[in-house]
Amino acid sequence: MTTYSEKLFPEWQGQPLEEILYWCREMVEDTDFPTVRRWREAGGKVVGHFQVYFPEEIVHAAGMLPFKVRGAPVDPTQADSRFGSYLCSILKTSLELVLSGRIELEMFVTHPICDAARNLAAVWGRNYSYPCQILYLPQNANSNHAATYLRDEYGRLKRAVETIAGREIGDDDLRASLSVFNENRALLRDLYAIKRDAPWLVSAADVYVLTAVGGLIQREEHNELLKAVLPLIEVREAKRQDRIRVVFEGGFCEQPPLDLIRAIGRSCYVVDDDLMIGLRWILEDVPTDGDPLLNLAQAYLETSSYSPVQHDLRKPKEKMLLKRIEDSGAQAAIVTAAKMCEPGLEEQVAYTRALDEANIPYFVSEFEENMTSFDHLEIQLETFVENLLFD
Amino acid sequence: MNDVSGEMIVGRGNKEGAGLFRTWFEELTQAAEQDRRAAYVFVMGSLTELLRVFDFPIVFPEINSLQTAVRRVAHEYLDEAEDYGYSPDICGYVKADVATQLRGGELPMGRIPKPSIAVYTNACNTYIKWAEIWERMYDVPTFVLDVPGTRAAGTQTWPGDPDFENDRRYVAAQIRELIVVCEKVSGIKFDIDRLRETMGHANTMSRGWKRVLELNQARPSLFNALSDGTIYLGVANGLRGSAVGAKYFTELVEELEYKRERGIGTLTDEQYRLLFVGVPCYPIFRRFTELFTELGGTFVNSTYLWFASGGANAGYEYDLGNPLDSLAEGLLISVRDAMDSMFYQTNILIQMIEQYEADGVVYHPIKSCRTVSTGLADNRRELMNERDIPSLFIESDMMDRRVVSEAQLKNRVDAFFEGLAARKDRAAAETA
Repeated sequence: MTTYSEKLFPEWQGQPLEEILYWCREMVEDTDFPTVRRWREAGGKVVGHFQVYFPEEIVHAAGMLPFKVRGAPVDPTQADSRFGSYLCSILKTSLELVLSGRIELEMFVTHPICDAARNLAAVWGRNYSYPCQILYLPQNANSNHAATYLRDEYGRLKRAVETIAGREIGDDDLRASLSVFNENRALLRDLYAIKRDAPWLVSAADVYVLTAVGGLIQREEHNELLKAVLPLIEVREAKRQDRIRVVFEGGFCEQPPLDLIRAIGRSCYVVDDDLMIGLRWILEDVPTDGDPLLNLAQAYLETSSYSPVQHDLRKPKEKMLLKRIEDSGAQAAIVTAAKMCEPGLEEQVAYTRALDEANIPYFVSEFEENMTSFDHLEIQLETFVENLLFD
Repeated sequence: MNDVSGEMIVGRGNKEGAGLFRTWFEELTQAAEQDRRAAYVFVMGSLTELLRVFDFPIVFPEINSLQTAVRRVAHEYLDEAEDYGYSPDICGYVKADVATQLRGGELPMGRIPKPSIAVYTNACNTYIKWAEIWERMYDVPTFVLDVPGTRAAGTQTWPGDPDFENDRRYVAAQIRELIVVCEKVSGIKFDIDRLRETMGHANTMSRGWKRVLELNQARPSLFNALSDGTIYLGVANGLRGSAVGAKYFTELVEELEYKRERGIGTLTDEQYRLLFVGVPCYPIFRRFTELFTELGGTFVNSTYLWFASGGANAGYEYDLGNPLDSLAEGLLISVRDAMDSMFYQTNILIQMIEQYEADGVVYHPIKSCRTVSTGLADNRRELMNERDIPSLFIESDMMDRRVVSEAQLKNRVDAFFEGLAARKDRAAAETA
């Protein structure tokens, strides 16, 4: 059994801040996923879970690595033949990661987040003999029975994970994992607080890689990394520049290329976003007393963020976006959607109408994880920013 | 059997189905003119048997949208929705409905009333996003009745299994919550005896639907699953839980049994028995069917008639002595079955190939619907590994004529039939 003491990502240890950030970028952009390979070479088992949210604590408590399947900028040469034409890239590249042998899994879990993603369990299962399943996160978050249902659905998942792990997961194991993940989410909140309050200290791209690397390594290690990095960022010597403050919306599932985030960061301070929102879905500490699965279920429903793929009458998405803008003190929004992402594209209409009504400037765009040219988009964005600065 | 002549009975299902549709739309138009508000529902888990208890006029936006395509005006609606801001890359049904709402409910078949409530399952995620549009447009209650589906191929659970019971309790709790919302919106108190009555009609229709599909195992086939089947499907959905719907299916079964006993098939000289996987090409609906029938191909069954009937093919019949719990169980089993026939079709198709003695399988993924289309290429790979049967894979759309190329479709279909003919010749030579 792999243990936490065996580092999956030792490169950053003992390095200065810029080197740490460099290594995080390298790790997040490496399409061979070396941390996962290292984990497996040490005898560890891996559960791949598709975007957006997954209760990683359950897999962690079994001593396995929860690996966030979020596609990659790779050519889906083999996956293309498994899918139709009019689909988002992340769906194809996620499968490509396993078909090409870049990633090996013991189990794969997807969710009914959209019409395309819910097909993944069937497609994956036809190509691999290991368990490939759908975790049915509740789509009626407003039912009084939703938390009870989800608690038992997590119980079903736990049994499947136990079978793979070859061991039972006790309540104390789960509580220990909840504590690790609570700390992780608190550290990510601290990172986002810096981004919001002093965005000149840390770029949008750096916040992104510091967050995303968490989906590739054990959370204890991620916590150690964040605890080392946050104080270094806070004392960084960086000048505040005359840039507009924006919220980036549309990165809840397929991720934009890092170069796109960099390009935005060159003309704007991104003070909040929904990138890798699944890692930050739960907004408060999950209680560790009582029934840990019920606590986790209630946290998913009651103290959570929002995304176009969760329906909750208490969280109309456009109002949540306006709140995100207000809470972060942003002056404008960048409203994006991954190409062919139906929920994202549908939400764009509601977002832009709400922004019009609130008289908040916005920039609308689409992206794809495999895109490599950003010149045109950067020029458009600069024009948008200049219009705001000199209005 | 009723005392009617063969001349009256053959073709009755198509004729009366079309008539019932006209009547339904006349009633909806009248409701709109009286400013009565409707329940908006979808075909997979419509719960009309419950909603009829509250006297809601029932609107099926999917059916309205596909009718714009069949009547060749869908592009006008799509353009209008895209001008409003919706992407060319989202579901065409959604966009046609957005334009319908912007036009005050005007459709080629009549006018639909505005919603007072929207009730929908998660069988298609786009249902949820779609209803959010009405929520914003009209500020009306929207109720997602979440029905957990099969977690992995071949792992369906059944009553008594703890996982099934967890799902059932969740569905049952939501039905009880929905009843409270319906009472509030309609001002009508829930009457369990009325529910028993509509569930009884739904039972007759489910029983009839299952039998209709079974009867098409006859050789020659009794109806074309793509063209005739879509008419039957419209009645199965639009009039579910009604007395006229129950009567229609009782008589349809009678018609098909009459045809089977006398060896009366479709108008096609049946050379090849085909299965259809996906959603029909409504922008050129008649022509699309003719591409196959002109070459002697008839569709004997389709996954469309399974999933778009909300899983009525499973023939689940409610226990009227225990209506609410039975409604939960039936909804769970039926909607799950509908989802299975979209995601986990392989065994379903193998069973169809054997029972219907199919000669080929036609896959028709479409741009508009990722629910149905995402995994079809992969499913075809698996089916080809499992069975030695010719298949055709053609892409177009159910709404958007911009992605429908009749010439390209015809080329592919012609080549497919050449392959079928060659295969038939080889088989004949081997047995000679």
